[in-house]
Amino acid sequence: MNPATNSGRALPWALVTPALGWTLLFFVLPFLAMGFSSLTAHDGGGFTLSNYSQFFTNPAYWQAMVNSLQVTAIVTLVSVLLAYPFAWILAEQVPERWQRLALMLAVLPFWTSYVVRSYSWLLVLAQNGVINRALTDSGLFTEPVQLANTRLATITGFVHFFVMLLTLTIFANLKQLSPSYRKAAADLGAGPVRTFLHVVLPLTLPGIMVGAFLTFVLCIGDYITPQILGGNNELLMPQLVMMQIGRRGDFPLASALSIILMAIVTIAYLSCARWLKIERA
Amino acid sequence: MTAPLVDIRAVSHRFGQQTVLKNVSLQIEPGSYTILLGPSGSGKTTLLSILGGFVTPSEGKVLIRGEDCTTVPPAKRPTTTVFQDYALFPHMSVGGNVGFGLRMQGVDAATRAARAREALALVGLAAAFDKKPHQLSGGQRQRVALARALVVEPAVLLLDEPLGALDLKLRRQMQDELKAIQKRVGTAFIHVTHDQEEAMALADHCVVMNDGRIEDEGPPERVYARPATRFSATFMGESTLISGAVTEAKDGTITVATQTGSFSLPGTLPAGMAVALAVRPEHLVLGAAGGAIRLGTAKVSDVVFQGSFKRVLAASENDPALHFIARVPAAAVVQPGDIVAVSCDAGDVILLTG
Amino acid sequence: MRPSTVAKVIRIVSGLYAVAIYGFIFLPVGVLVLFSLQATSFPIPPFTGPSLRWYDAVLADTRLTSALVNSLLVAALSSAVAVTLGFLSAWGFARFTLPGSALLRGLITLPLTVSYLIIGMGLLVLFNWAGVPKSLLAAGIGHVVINLPLCFAIIYSQMGDHQINIERAARDLGAPEWKVLLLVTVPVMAPAIFAGFFLSMTFSWDEFVISFLLTRFDTTLPVEIWNLLRSGLNPKTNAVGSLVFAVSIVLVVFFELMLLRRKPA
Repeated sequence: MNPATNSGRALPWALVTPALGWTLLFFVLPFLAMGFSSLTAHDGGGFTLSNYSQFFTNPAYWQAMVNSLQVTAIVTLVSVLLAYPFAWILAEQVPERWQRLALMLAVLPFWTSYVVRSYSWLLVLAQNGVINRALTDSGLFTEPVQLANTRLATITGFVHFFVMLLTLTIFANLKQLSPSYRKAAADLGAGPVRTFLHVVLPLTLPGIMVGAFLTFVLCIGDYITPQILGGNNELLMPQLVMMQIGRRGDFPLASALSIILMAIVTIAYLSCARWLKIERA
Repeated sequence: MTAPLVDIRAVSHRFGQQTVLKNVSLQIEPGSYTILLGPSGSGKTTLLSILGGFVTPSEGKVLIRGEDCTTVPPAKRPTTTVFQDYALFPHMSVGGNVGFGLRMQGVDAATRAARAREALALVGLAAAFDKKPHQLSGGQRQRVALARALVVEPAVLLLDEPLGALDLKLRRQMQDELKAIQKRVGTAFIHVTHDQEEAMALADHCVVMNDGRIEDEGPPERVYARPATRFSATFMGESTLISGAVTEAKDGTITVATQTGSFSLPGTLPAGMAVALAVRPEHLVLGAAGGAIRLGTAKVSDVVFQGSFKRVLAASENDPALHFIARVPAAAVVQPGDIVAVSCDAGDVILLTG
Repeated sequence: MRPSTVAKVIRIVSGLYAVAIYGFIFLPVGVLVLFSLQATSFPIPPFTGPSLRWYDAVLADTRLTSALVNSLLVAALSSAVAVTLGFLSAWGFARFTLPGSALLRGLITLPLTVSYLIIGMGLLVLFNWAGVPKSLLAAGIGHVVINLPLCFAIIYSQMGDHQINIERAARDLGAPEWKVLLLVTVPVMAPAIFAGFFLSMTFSWDEFVISFLLTRFDTTLPVEIWNLLRSGLNPKTNAVGSLVFAVSIVLVVFFELMLLRRKPA
């Protein structure tokens, strides 16, 4: 069939081997090394399960996971709820010729440096930042309010990022929808509200699920945002992992915590898996 | 006759700078099967969108059952559309799709299911009720789209190139079914196509469109036998066109002078008027023993065997601009390069002024 | 008319909502840029008038400028490697039937579903054991790991049957395999290759945690900015952040224009 297939198996393997090799050497092997490391003791002893048992017995570690899951769940939910209407407005209310520009503007801060984005929220939320200044100047409050170094600050920073990301993916979803679905619904007597509820929303739901999953994965593994905005008042999992490396050089415990974090993501993936596959007519 | 079911009055439409419909008026009778036939860009699909309420015309009015529907949204008017890509909702079952319009009307679930089943039975798909659209073939999806549009009992059903996505054999088969279903339900169908065979097979009333205007309309037999314009003479079936001018008009007979001779024909046009004579391929006679109208000799340029007949193309030796298209029996002996006499009967000549 | 009233209400509510979201999105960036332009030692209100003092300070800071060069270097090189490996493997998988193809493709895209933190941790543990020192090269290797699946996925998804037929036509006309690749496949796939490279560049340019874990003395810009942050609110951070933002915008606008220019064809 394909003329090149006759020339032997060497060429195709030569093409795919570098990528496969890289993935095996720098992704699979490190993961195995991390798995192995997680089963050793920090002080150089032999095989042990203590790194894992610590997680389940030490309430501080356990709490970090609970915090992470709570923050991630809130961030994912709030981001989807804020981004969906926004994407809908961009896709349906903004005139066609301005849509590209409107979307580009909506995600422009997405392209600032990740570290800088969290830092700029600190400028807004700090004790002497913009919001507190506005609150005290207006006379609503006499004392500055504690906004930075709180869970609310972490969530705000995350939501800011994921609203942009989800607006992009949901917008693409809405635009991919064939206009004849909407026309057909209107033709059969559905008004704008029912067209949305019965046709547009169910058809974009798989896309929302993909976006929400992406949000979950990126959010639960992020170190920067909670570290800069949340401070050390309450720890999230990535902060806990980094703390083991930074302060104590405890690679085995850090490895075990990373693997537990990854297991959570895998469980999330498996539970959404049927949503992430899409049937198309 | 009572008032027409659909009355399109002097509708024009522009997309930006481009005028796609120019002062179109058309009436549709109840229970009729109307075909809008034309090449792409002729405005036929825009006209259908205006009927369906998806486009509001720049000028003019649309009356359905005597009511002004020009600005009424699709949901509120007694029309439904079968879309070119069917637009079946992929997340609903076939039954859910067909029942959708009834659900929007607030019909209860049991009645809805019963009526959806009836509609599916009408199109021969009773067994598909619980399937998803992606499990059906193209022809089956087309039928579901038809059932979905019919179940709400519209006054007018609009079909936008409904057979365009099907292969030739299936298309011919669906044609017959569409016609049979239309006769059974008695709803007026308005169907857009660029396929003239489809038009001739289906239409009670055929509307030929070109460049935003209606060129010709009437029963397909009439449009074929007596096309009103050059365009409809060549778009709905082929014709040989001979240009000329009226030189004499007397007692219901005119004389038309062309580069290949002068002919007397029945007619009442004034002298000096430019006209064209159109002759259908099956009416041209090749060879010495021919009809009364002698069209000179021509050199055969191409012979195409088409099964039951041969299609012959020949260039006139008298008029370099004139190319004959003739149809001869499959057994006839004719080859490229042959010089043949061409003629026809006076009764088969179509006199065109447009 | 009722429907038009509904439409009007929807329009007004939509407008207000859009303004609110745009406000939320631009608030921190606006504050960042605004206070980078004041001369005082703290980037806090009230705003005391424009000054480029802190931009001068940034450009005079060799640690920051060399970190910037490092970042660009790591981004460009790691993206080049990622897009090359991604393209070759996408071509291999799209054109030939290989045993276990679906599984192997899954393996290549697997890193997409794993947090950068975990990828960085794994490499840190491995390099620590293997005795590989922390360096920009180590960070670059990590960046290829995160960007290779992205490049592969983008390019693989764009290699349709249409492209296969174009290549067949070239072979049919006598082109040897390497000429097919160079004269047909690469030009035809150029938009996908470019998109993969551009996205990799931005991800690598912005990546923090892998660089943080795998570099020591010479480091990338995000890590250097992180070091600045330890001193709290600092107008120099505002200035460098604004500069990064400006560079990113120029890149994005450039990318948009490239895309728009291709479209009408």
